[in-house]
Amino acid sequence: MKFGVVMFPGSNCDHDTFHVLKDVIGRDTVFLWHKDHDLQGVDVVVLPGGFSYGDYLRSGAIARFSPLMQEVRAFARSGGHVLGICNGFQILLELGLLPGAMLRNKDLKFLCQFVHIRIENDRTDFTRAGKKGQILRIPIAHFDGNYYAPDKVIEDMRRNEQIVFRYCNADGKVTDEANVNGSMDGIAGVMNAKGNVMGMMPHPERASEALLGSEDGQVIFRSLIEAIEHKGRIAR
Amino acid sequence: MIDEKTIKDHGLTLEEYASIVRLIGKEPNLTELGIFSVMWSEHCGYKSSRVYLKGLPTKGKHVIQGPGENAGILDIGDGLAVVFKIESHNHPSFIEPYQGAATGVGGILRDIFTMGARPIAVLDSLRFGPLDDPRNKVIMEGVVSGIAGYGNSIGIPTVGGEIAFEEGYSLNPLVNVFALGLAEKDKIFYAKAEGTGNPVLYVGAKTGRDGIHGATMASAEFGKDTEHKRPNVQVGDPFKEKLLLEACLEVMSTDMIVGIQDMGAAGLTCSTTEMAAKAGSGMEIDLDLVPQREEGMTPYETMLSESQERMLICAKKEKVAEVRAIFAKWDLDAVVIGHVTEGGRLKVKSKGEEVVDIPVDAVVNLCPVYRRPIRTPAFLRKVSKLPEIPLPADLNEVFFKVLSSPAIADKEWVFRQYDHMIQVNTAFLPGADAAVLRIKGSKKALAMTLDGNSLYAYLDPRQGARIAVSEACRNLACVGARPIGVTNCLNFGNPEKPEVMWQFKEAVGGMSEACRAFEIPVTGGNVSFYNDTEGASIHPTPVLGIVGIIEDIGKAVRPGFRTAGDAVILLGENKEELGGSEYLKVCVGLQKGIPPGIDLTAERKVQELCLEAITEGLLRSAHDVSDGGLAVCLAECAFHSGKRLGYSIDLGDRIRADALLFGESQSRIVVTACPRRAGKVLALARKRKVKARLIGRTGGRDIVVRVRRREVVRVPVGDAFKAWKESIPSRYKVKE
Amino acid sequence: MKVRILVSFKDSVLDPQGQTVKNALHTLGYRSVKEARQGKVFELELDKISEEEARKLVPEIAHKVLANPIIEKYTWQIIQDE
Repeated sequence: MKFGVVMFPGSNCDHDTFHVLKDVIGRDTVFLWHKDHDLQGVDVVVLPGGFSYGDYLRSGAIARFSPLMQEVRAFARSGGHVLGICNGFQILLELGLLPGAMLRNKDLKFLCQFVHIRIENDRTDFTRAGKKGQILRIPIAHFDGNYYAPDKVIEDMRRNEQIVFRYCNADGKVTDEANVNGSMDGIAGVMNAKGNVMGMMPHPERASEALLGSEDGQVIFRSLIEAIEHKGRIAR
Repeated sequence: MIDEKTIKDHGLTLEEYASIVRLIGKEPNLTELGIFSVMWSEHCGYKSSRVYLKGLPTKGKHVIQGPGENAGILDIGDGLAVVFKIESHNHPSFIEPYQGAATGVGGILRDIFTMGARPIAVLDSLRFGPLDDPRNKVIMEGVVSGIAGYGNSIGIPTVGGEIAFEEGYSLNPLVNVFALGLAEKDKIFYAKAEGTGNPVLYVGAKTGRDGIHGATMASAEFGKDTEHKRPNVQVGDPFKEKLLLEACLEVMSTDMIVGIQDMGAAGLTCSTTEMAAKAGSGMEIDLDLVPQREEGMTPYETMLSESQERMLICAKKEKVAEVRAIFAKWDLDAVVIGHVTEGGRLKVKSKGEEVVDIPVDAVVNLCPVYRRPIRTPAFLRKVSKLPEIPLPADLNEVFFKVLSSPAIADKEWVFRQYDHMIQVNTAFLPGADAAVLRIKGSKKALAMTLDGNSLYAYLDPRQGARIAVSEACRNLACVGARPIGVTNCLNFGNPEKPEVMWQFKEAVGGMSEACRAFEIPVTGGNVSFYNDTEGASIHPTPVLGIVGIIEDIGKAVRPGFRTAGDAVILLGENKEELGGSEYLKVCVGLQKGIPPGIDLTAERKVQELCLEAITEGLLRSAHDVSDGGLAVCLAECAFHSGKRLGYSIDLGDRIRADALLFGESQSRIVVTACPRRAGKVLALARKRKVKARLIGRTGGRDIVVRVRRREVVRVPVGDAFKAWKESIPSRYKVKE
Repeated sequence: MKVRILVSFKDSVLDPQGQTVKNALHTLGYRSVKEARQGKVFELELDKISEEEARKLVPEIAHKVLANPIIEKYTWQIIQDE
């Protein structure tokens, strides 16, 4: 299988994500340049974190208009797997491929720290290698990670089991204190109704090597590998 | 014509002006005067410092490039090299804290990637006035936001540093930024414009009127009318610099260019003259070709502008189209603005007329060197004497006060704002003794730390500098790293004051001694003079950035206690030395005495012992004793344990209790070992002739310290942790 | 023609920056400030365009790019006719 990591001007985590997918997880990985129209036959498109276009105007607001994103939208519409990490999540929100929007962190400061997130739904192609209720220790690094959606949208997502991760404490409890950026409903990651597009604010590529403090991020990548290589996608 | 007032306004003396006339064989026009004024400023020309800096040790077996280039370069094996340097951006950070700090980061990063290295780490050394004054809080918040804003956006982790507070920095904050990059040893690029006829390209952001006379401002004191200097501060665009970084690295991975220089202080002026001078050539440029974002800029303005995110490239004639294509891919301007010539002159055209024609040698290499008068400060005799200090009745109270002093307290409020994990190399997160970055695909790791002091240097500049170097090396030893090179940032007052010049001479002398004792070369650095406001100088503040190598990252240790029941061992000796301590400053209100003594040979032996114990796998943790003394060191070990592990310590030294707990005697490291290995650690110490002894055990939920069998401190770890952790954030909490 | 577009958060969305500004003003003694909201101002210079065309173009630009319709609302006006 092949992973594709999209590169925008200002994507910083593109190299990190590439390194983890290629050298740590050990799968064929290519860069997808934002000006191109070619997805190079990848099985999974990864939109990495960073500051595409400097976060000018709004995080992800300009990146979503790039030529490659038209292809990504079509790819997603036809069922292709898309993973958005941090800025990637923001781009998917701006594109409308995921519901909701991001606001500035509640304390108005950039936050870089390890957090705990809980798997809320393990029947997805992004979490099937884990278990519902499992706690993952993964770092965040963002200024605008305060997830927002109108109440009705949140209700729908709850009903459709589209909420994939929530911030929690080390014991797995979803509390206000654990929700460091103030996200609605403690939401850390969501997917679309069809289950092929997911966005998460924490950085799984930063938690894929024990040397750097945690390997919990590998769950997301291994889930995708399972879906593509072995057991077929989870139908919804 | 150039009158006296114009000369003085340009920061030049009448003698310097006469030298210029003599060297260029004519009276300079205004633009030419502007060029000399920035290149011969203290900031760019190092007029007052060079006589002493040339005594620093700069040779070493790892040195690829020493002082004199954009950054220093060391060979770290496996075909790799590290490129690193530290720079100050003090004056702009007072005027506009956010942008001053942000552009400081931008500037030092360009110095790194201009040599072909991808920057992988930033560290910062910050000094502010006391946080009780709301203006200092605002400056600190602005500076931290600025460093975060720039570093995070460009995607380079800020992995460590230091923050200190002292009254003298209230109107003179210090912002020293260090950056390090990784390069292939055989792909280093230098700032030279070689090959007659080779094109010179301008790449990056458009030129505006930012920061004109920024270099001269850095060489001037602040007076009451500082407000109007605001337009002089440059505004940074980290997104632009990210594009510039990627484009430059892409170009440098080919063989298309001959030389490259970033446009930092003095912009086009500096880059054109230096690139030509370094190659022994000349250069001709046409300002009409320079991309400009403002209308009607004069040649003077264009040459002196300090607009950010620009580079000057000397390319191979036949590769120009390819170079421009790479920059176009990253949506950046890349314009040929001139070419390399013979004859060693810089010629600048504007609107068809020649506006500058001067020999580059005069500008770059013939800046005057001064041996300014020195005088031992009179105040030293008074401040060196410590009055009788009564022994405090309640050491628990003192303990809390010292722990919550902002200089000592937890800095998480600060480093949480920095993305310290980007690039997935950060093995040790901020808070440890040194930043530790793994090298992908290797067992090796890089360790780096910034350490400086001001109170010690004020009380004894030579000693202060010796201690700064020693402390930095000690920090590296505590993570298992051997130091391989040094960069330094020397922050001082007005060098035209003999007392300040004496402080500088002494500090450089002390730094030199210590670097030689540790056998580490100085690869470059920065001098920031004129840190005075309304006549008062800051304390002399030497800041050292030292880089080390850890041979096997698997063996590195952290400062936190790991397990209950471990043996706590002190390497080194306790002495009765209260002078210059944080305790004295915070609890007694005194900034007096003499700094702690230091025996560089003994210091080195303690560090070598620690390194060997780590390499042998004997230690569970290691943490050096510095600000706040032994009591604070031990507390920090508990706070970093991840589970607030308490400890019980017994000290028998015949030293007054407050000095024993809070004195800042040097050459001490606190290590822990499992009970089985403790004996081996002590035996190793004996073999290496270093004083070491068991002083206690980890365990429990309390901090207990006994001096000569009398309990002097007993507090729950949680309480001490709270005081330490909340001190800085509580000052920034919004009150409703 | 110059147009000015003001983008701010919808009333239902929490505006912590606006809150911070309000608190700061109160701290400085401006207690009569009851509420504060923070937004963005865009000024666009449009080339050779009629008022009618502008009435179609500006909302499109505002809706599609300048504002995120999920969380932001906008208003606009012509500030210079020439």
